[in-house]
Amino acid sequence: MELTGAQILLKSLQAEEVDTLFGYPGAVIVDVYDEMEKTGLHHVLVRHEQGAVHAADGYARASGKVGVCLVTSGPGATNTVTGLAAAYMDSIPLVILSGQVPTHLIGNDAFQEVDIVGITRPCTKHNYLVPRVEDLAGIIKEAFHIARTGRPGPVLIDLPKNVLADKALYTPPGPVQLRSYNPTYHPNSKQLKKVARLIQEARQPVILSGGGIILSRASEPLRQLARSAQIPVTSTLMGLGAFPGSDPLWLGMLGMHGTYRANMVTGACDLMIAVGVRFDDRVTGRTDTFASQAQIVHIDIDPTSIHKNVHVSTPVVGDCNISLILLNRMLRDMAPEYTPESRRQWLEQIDAWKRTNPMAYTQAEVIKPQFVIEKLYEVTQGDAVITTDVGQHQMFTAQYYPFDQPNQLITSGGLGAMGFGLPAAIGAQTALPDKRVINIAGDGSIQMNIQELSTAMQACLPIKVVILNNGFLGMVRQFQELFCEKRYAGTRLEHTPDFVKLAEAYGAVGLRAAKPEEVEPVLREGLSAPGLVIMEFMVEKEECVYPMVPAGEPVTSMLLA
Amino acid sequence: MGSQSFAIFDPDRRFYRKRPNFMTDNRCVLSILVDNQPAVLARVVGLFGGRGYNIESLCVAETIDPLVSRITLVTRGADAILEQIKKQLNKLINVIKVHTLTDAEFVDREMALVKVHAKPHSRAEILRIVDIFRCKVVDVGLDHYTIEVTGDQGKLNAITSLLKPIGIKEIARTGVIALFRDPK
Repeated sequence: MELTGAQILLKSLQAEEVDTLFGYPGAVIVDVYDEMEKTGLHHVLVRHEQGAVHAADGYARASGKVGVCLVTSGPGATNTVTGLAAAYMDSIPLVILSGQVPTHLIGNDAFQEVDIVGITRPCTKHNYLVPRVEDLAGIIKEAFHIARTGRPGPVLIDLPKNVLADKALYTPPGPVQLRSYNPTYHPNSKQLKKVARLIQEARQPVILSGGGIILSRASEPLRQLARSAQIPVTSTLMGLGAFPGSDPLWLGMLGMHGTYRANMVTGACDLMIAVGVRFDDRVTGRTDTFASQAQIVHIDIDPTSIHKNVHVSTPVVGDCNISLILLNRMLRDMAPEYTPESRRQWLEQIDAWKRTNPMAYTQAEVIKPQFVIEKLYEVTQGDAVITTDVGQHQMFTAQYYPFDQPNQLITSGGLGAMGFGLPAAIGAQTALPDKRVINIAGDGSIQMNIQELSTAMQACLPIKVVILNNGFLGMVRQFQELFCEKRYAGTRLEHTPDFVKLAEAYGAVGLRAAKPEEVEPVLREGLSAPGLVIMEFMVEKEECVYPMVPAGEPVTSMLLA
Repeated sequence: MGSQSFAIFDPDRRFYRKRPNFMTDNRCVLSILVDNQPAVLARVVGLFGGRGYNIESLCVAETIDPLVSRITLVTRGADAILEQIKKQLNKLINVIKVHTLTDAEFVDREMALVKVHAKPHSRAEILRIVDIFRCKVVDVGLDHYTIEVTGDQGKLNAITSLLKPIGIKEIARTGVIALFRDPK
């Protein structure tokens, strides 16, 4: 039977087991919306297309499935760019369906026409303009395949209006075969043997785990490797949760705002096993001094990550999960050369670093942001999915909220997109209706996508929003305090709305804590209330995130207070 | 196109500099097989532009298989950058295969059309040069010759430097095309 492009699109989405779409309608995709009503696909109507992409991103991270967005042409499509770039940097599998003007109008500067394939080329894993309705089903299948395999990433499909209206026979496409795309999942066993030998010989090893561990679901073999060989673990922001924050081998996050001991360990280790990382500059600081005493093993599925920022001695291209399982098997078959005794000195040294420079702050009359995060951990007992925006609150969350499970922290790491947290929480809560989803935000970044409160209300999502209000764009203010002699140019936030009243205006519950003793009661009340709640905490205005490694410095030279 | 600044890996200090160094940078001829589809060239060129890599010359045309095009691209960079360039190219979904011709024996050719001022006193001299370099005159006018030159870059540079004093009106160069030499 002949079907229209819109019908083929929805059939193809169902074949990919898509059950939820985040979107915003418009003139050229109205046919798809019309068909969608008939299929019963769950559609979350956002208030801005950037919110749709971040929500699909949060959905993908929370569910492990591909997040899907549906937007219209022109401004609808351009509004997705920030979300695409964020998902691309953090390797999140998304498929964005954007409407396009009819093929005969492309290139004529038609109403709401934009070359979105051209615009998004550098911030998608791949993208398509569907030329004919006959190509539609095959392209959708290919797009999902590319999005979720190898190093995952966002894929955009541009759908001209006439392609959606034209009719064609629908036959489900066969398996995807791309001669030019074959990700390497199985690592080279010789290289892996070398790694096993290095681990046996190492006296002061460390594991650096990254977002790749979470994406490939390698949390179990990572835990096994660390515990069986007694190797301490540090992690990038993207990798938090893969190794339990409550484990004695846990060092905390490393890098610009990493813990003292994690950064000292990178300077002193003789073997660094880096798995699923890409050595971002926020992690390495000055690269020529990074892990300069160490042999670096780098396991990653993306060959371009290897030798890109840091030259490594033993590269392994492969899936993190498969690689670690095979590595654990090799280590088990080898007689262990290390003994708990030989590791003792190293672990004691790390303990000493922890004792001399622990993560600390002093709570006085004004609420400290760190105090709010610690209390939140206490009240939730660590059982919550946390999304964050970008800035000081994000770093305080990474430092003071220990994550025990992968995908428990959902944050924009690579791109650092403010306005990510609230829509990501919408996506996460949609994927996990029974979980407690909390968005930790600042007074600056919450305002970047605050319109999505309306989305959450309409979709009846009981998200809890924690706003740390310091009246500043705190992270930049911190830079200005340290490096611009406290000239706070453009970082004072005045005329910020009353968030309690704003919550009420949206039909949500608003709570505020202005004194330290109010923090816990507000958290308890807010978290136990049904529905959407905004909790605002009036925190210390000029608090800084410490430790801090100034940009371009070695990670071992930290400002501690 | 032309030369841009690009990152260079310093093996002694294990980090990248964003400055070309013509002492340590190597010239590299890449032969890139790609899907013959719209905008694939844009993906390749966008990659070089976006990541600050250098393109010295670029040539694209369909191969014997109409579904495949060959891009011959000449670039310059330190070894670590060249390695990144190849990996990044391979990461593009539409790139089928990347060969580094400069890693082995290869033949390369470039063609140029050179339009030179031909005044009565210089016409004979121009034809002599054409003869020595085994070129062809493909267009003649009252005051110009258009010469077709084919050869490697050295030959093209040599003939242009000889014709320059006589007066080059215009020049069009194709950029390098190249293939591996196969075992005899």
